Amino acid sequence: MNKITLTEKSKVAASLLERIHELHNPEETVRFMEVCGTHTVAIFREGIRQMLPKGIELISGPGCPVCVTDQQYMDQALAYAAREDVVIATFGDMLKIPGTTGNLWQSKENGAHIEIIYSPMEVIGLSEQYPDKKIIFLGIGFETTIAVIAATIQAVHAKGLKNVFFLISHKLVPPALRALLSNPEHQIDGFLLPGHVSVIIGEQPYQFLADEYHMPSCIAGFDGVEILAAIVNLLEQRKEQTFYVGNTYRSVVAKTGNSVAQQLMDTLYEPSDDGWRGIGVLPASGLKLRGEWSAYDALVQLPLGTFTTSDGPKGCQCGSVIQGMIHPDACPLFGKLCTPEHPVGACMVSVEGSCSAWYKYGFSSGGMTWEE
Amino acid sequence: MERIRLVHGNGGKFSHELVDQYIVKYFSNPILNELHDGAVFPVTTGRMAMSTDSYVVTPHIFPGGNIGKLAVCGTVNDLAMMGAVPQYLSCGLILEEGLPISTLETVLQTMSDMAQLSGVSIVTGDTKVVEKGSVDGIYINTAGVGIVPDYVQLGTSYIESGMKVIISGTLGDHAIAVMGTRYGLDLPDTIQTDCAPLHKMAHKLLETFGKDIAFFRDPTRGGLATTLQEIANSAQKGIRLQESAIPIREEVQAVCQVLGYDPLYLANEGKMIAIVRADVADEVVQVMRTFTEGRDAVIIGDVVNGNAGKVGLQTAVGGIRLLDMLGEDQVPRIC
Repeated sequence: MNKITLTEKSKVAASLLERIHELHNPEETVRFMEVCGTHTVAIFREGIRQMLPKGIELISGPGCPVCVTDQQYMDQALAYAAREDVVIATFGDMLKIPGTTGNLWQSKENGAHIEIIYSPMEVIGLSEQYPDKKIIFLGIGFETTIAVIAATIQAVHAKGLKNVFFLISHKLVPPALRALLSNPEHQIDGFLLPGHVSVIIGEQPYQFLADEYHMPSCIAGFDGVEILAAIVNLLEQRKEQTFYVGNTYRSVVAKTGNSVAQQLMDTLYEPSDDGWRGIGVLPASGLKLRGEWSAYDALVQLPLGTFTTSDGPKGCQCGSVIQGMIHPDACPLFGKLCTPEHPVGACMVSVEGSCSAWYKYGFSSGGMTWEE
Repeated sequence: MERIRLVHGNGGKFSHELVDQYIVKYFSNPILNELHDGAVFPVTTGRMAMSTDSYVVTPHIFPGGNIGKLAVCGTVNDLAMMGAVPQYLSCGLILEEGLPISTLETVLQTMSDMAQLSGVSIVTGDTKVVEKGSVDGIYINTAGVGIVPDYVQLGTSYIESGMKVIISGTLGDHAIAVMGTRYGLDLPDTIQTDCAPLHKMAHKLLETFGKDIAFFRDPTRGGLATTLQEIANSAQKGIRLQESAIPIREEVQAVCQVLGYDPLYLANEGKMIAIVRADVADEVVQVMRTFTEGRDAVIIGDVVNGNAGKVGLQTAVGGIRLLDMLGEDQVPRIC
């Protein structure tokens, strides 16, 4: 890494930290939620939580796509994986998410044909490689991933491929934030908004946070300095009681987002009610393929019979973790029955899951603190 | 003969042909040429070190090296990190039916070159051929022995608070070179494996600084973070690293950011960690820098009081990140 940049970074970080101390009232406790899993990891990696004044707490939110994928979706994926004529194409993380009867790793070990891919576009190669099989791509993710998958569906359409289908469970960030705030017991004093999602949607979809909830919010990058700058912005909004959508990631996030990606999403998808693990169904919080694109919708083209979906692993507190109601280490399973090597809940599965990050980097797990 | 056949492993005429025409051709030396089931060689008094390792990397050939280079350098380096002067190696080959002879020859030629560079002789070996699909092309096992000079005193029990932690060069080059080939990424030519024998540098350091050097280790699988975590655990000391001091090539850093890898956890094949007394640390770095394989050597941290068994990374923004051991293999990000 470029050493001059790191030296400069240290200086800027020191001045931002000074500003945070100036703005923070030591009498009060404020809780800012980092919505995105990449932020959770970045905060740990930079050691930011320990640098902040005692009264500023960072809580992890619902922004890891693997974590919020619900049990019913995984049960559908497991049901497809059990079919002889199906090849499941998926990102690797999905294999470990628990469904009612097991996970996709177990299906794979039992002979299901599951291909781990790194780009959705790889489904085109799979379609040609397995012309007699039905290729089903597990399309999860927030706004960031949705546009990429939409482009894949268009490419499949353009090539006239008839054996590629998509099991879609796309989630939208703004409705999730609204749901968190509509819980009267929420303890959130501000949001660090996700950088990558905001590249696509821009600033406007978050405006309701300021207008309706008088809630400070700020779009942040993933560098330690960018995160500290966003915390300064949240404290300034709080101190001055003027609320708006801050943006300390302007070099990457345009005010209106990426209109090409937005149009692409709008062409293929329409809003739908969607299930969030541990939270339940939230109105208009997801996207489904529009009727004219249903030729690629796995659930329409390859209907599944009825089956019962359980509520999720017993004792797992992922729902409370995702909503920022508890820190991961408050879950009785954390670090004991549930570890990244043997995850019980979805938040322990992805490297960007709150529980996984708390486990890997967490100062609170088993006295993992550094003494100066 | 263009490809390896099952008969090349049956112990009969074809096996002899393979050994005579190819293996002896590249590895020839008086001890090996006896072609017995083992090797007899002279020994001196004192301590010997022994190490063994198996090599299963895929792809077999990658920027800057191949599986044969790893097989010799890996075992040579394991011996060097014990403070030994490597002398003799064995070589076990497990070949897949259908392996092109040209690939085998490339690997054997590299092993021969690396053995010469490392001053070791390959004195005994074994070759098996298995059905297509049973292994991935070629697997190699090497074992090695070497003499440990009397002045060498290395071990985690000699690590004390206040000592300095030195790394001999940039991290992650090997893993990214291999991953790049595996996934067909179009990477700049500067990303190559760092695989190299380290015994000359290791020995120069031990000769010069003797017992002021407490510990050597090469951060291979699991990378710098996992290796230091093991050392901190075993020594029951804390280790504090300075993020800004850790050398990582910009292009490696860039690939890591795209793929979601952490360079601190990526394997290296030609780097060593040295833990040394603070008063000789700068001189140790200077000596390392006189070697090609140590030209980017630098002090990256120190052994601290308290925090037993922990490795803390002081980040550029001023926080401390605790480094855990590598858990599951790193997988690319999905959002």
